[in-house]
Amino acid sequence: MSDLTSLTIAEARNKLADKAIKAVELTDAYLAAIDQSNSSFNAYVAVTADKAREMAAQSDARIEAGEAGALEGIPLGIKDLYATEGVHTQACSHILDGFKPRYESTVTANLWADGAVMLGKLNMDEFAMGSSNEASTYGPVVNPWRAENSASDAALVPGGSSGGSASAVTARLCAAATASDTGGSIRQPAAFTGTVGIKPTYGRCSRWGMVAFASSLDQAGPITRDVRDAAIMLKSMASPDEKDTTCVDLPVPDYEAAIGGSVKGMKIGIPSEYRIDGMPDEIETLWQKGIAWLKDAGAEIVDISLPHTKYALPAYYIVAPAEASSNLARYDGVKYGLRVNGDDITDMYEKTRADGFGDEVKRRVMIGTYVLSAGYYDAYYLRAQKVRTLIKQDFETCFNNGVDMILTPATPSAAFAIGDEEMAADPVKMFLNDVFTVTVNMAGLPGIAVPAGLSKNGLPLGLQLIGRPFGEEALFQTAHVIEQAAGHFSPQKWW
Amino acid sequence: MSVDIDTVKRVANLARIAVSNSEAEKMQGELNAILGFVEQLNEVDVDGVEPMTSVVDMKMKKRVDIVTDGSKADDIVANAPESEDHFFMVPKVIE
Repeated sequence: MSDLTSLTIAEARNKLADKAIKAVELTDAYLAAIDQSNSSFNAYVAVTADKAREMAAQSDARIEAGEAGALEGIPLGIKDLYATEGVHTQACSHILDGFKPRYESTVTANLWADGAVMLGKLNMDEFAMGSSNEASTYGPVVNPWRAENSASDAALVPGGSSGGSASAVTARLCAAATASDTGGSIRQPAAFTGTVGIKPTYGRCSRWGMVAFASSLDQAGPITRDVRDAAIMLKSMASPDEKDTTCVDLPVPDYEAAIGGSVKGMKIGIPSEYRIDGMPDEIETLWQKGIAWLKDAGAEIVDISLPHTKYALPAYYIVAPAEASSNLARYDGVKYGLRVNGDDITDMYEKTRADGFGDEVKRRVMIGTYVLSAGYYDAYYLRAQKVRTLIKQDFETCFNNGVDMILTPATPSAAFAIGDEEMAADPVKMFLNDVFTVTVNMAGLPGIAVPAGLSKNGLPLGLQLIGRPFGEEALFQTAHVIEQAAGHFSPQKWW
Repeated sequence: MSVDIDTVKRVANLARIAVSNSEAEKMQGELNAILGFVEQLNEVDVDGVEPMTSVVDMKMKKRVDIVTDGSKADDIVANAPESEDHFFMVPKVIE
């Protein structure tokens, strides 16, 4: 049974269609794997075994009737910030204790409509605020990868905020997972775990029913074992949606069809500003390898400049907390979740929010409240939004000059240890994890992280491709070329 | 710019988060570290630059002004910590 969990979505899809396996067998194999080893990773915060078996049985019936959907019988893990009707949905925050929505997010509804099976809800940084998945009310997630030749065998972070998604996909506790990305929360954990993660163009997936962090930056996307599976997942997740006015009315292309296409003649930009101070040699080496692979495949490599790159992270840490402080105002102990009683209504609000939010969330709500407060709005928020315009213009200039795509490292380092003291002591140090990914959110562009090699300690490292708006097909096509050259990376099984 | 302890307490009050004196002191250091980090934006010449309002070029979707949803009072109060007859219950606000 256990090797059923080694199948990619594409492989499982073919076996299900050929009736070589049944959807209930596939789901049972994953439920057994979760039962056996979720405690090693803390990836799932809720397992919906009964619902999964019921959905799988319905899949088998539809396959039998010749009515199979694109993801028929494929068992998925769902990040805890997607509203799933009647099922645990807390964005891994104490303040949403007991919340079971009476509605389904558009993205998950699309997946179920295509026949996918829900295994449960996945751990994450509280409200998607973090880069290590240590800021969850359910505790940290463990990365299935372990460093070689390391003096300590300290558990490593899987990255964040979609750490549960990345860890579950890597440990084969689901065939693929939904994730979300506000500043790098899909691509950084994918890079830390040797998986593929894509953040599509802003507006490609509906945000309806996703717990909001920073509404102008948040986008849904998948974390998967390979590029083809990412294309299959995104095709199902994306759709126009009346319920989200920022969701575009564009048809969703058949992303999988783009895979296998040649990159001959494609112009790939290499931005000099991504060569940052203190970046380890192995990241530079990985980048050069990626350049060589694409050159060998016939792409044209050009040096480009994105002069406002260094300002993306500081601008993000104004814009994202500002939007978060507004979005998180809804958690007041009245409508849902936690309530801590107080002397009067204000005291009740303040005690509920003090008890319900973790430290990182409080910090960001405080920063957001401060930068939006009277007298500071122009100096901080308005300036940051102007800088954001300049960041987007940098990309537009490159694309207008004929650059099709941009290649960068995905992260400035490999995964670090849970409880890393330097990171814990300095919130800004943790922010730097997103230095290569955050520009993409600020400009609303699509970005994909694809595994490209191992660090000197045997940990996965990823490359990032940044595309033109709605250029996801080209990203899948090019990421697949990198994947073919780099190969696949799996951790040694210790669990 | 950096914040003093009174500002931290004022912001916590605006954000409706109760903080003790020791928490406020800890937050003061953390907030100042973040505000110090974002200070570098002052180097950027933003004269004549339009602030971003929409990251993707799109027209705001419109729909006909008709009722498309509703009559879900049960669903709306289902997760409330305290409710009665489809009302959210809160501590008394008017004496």
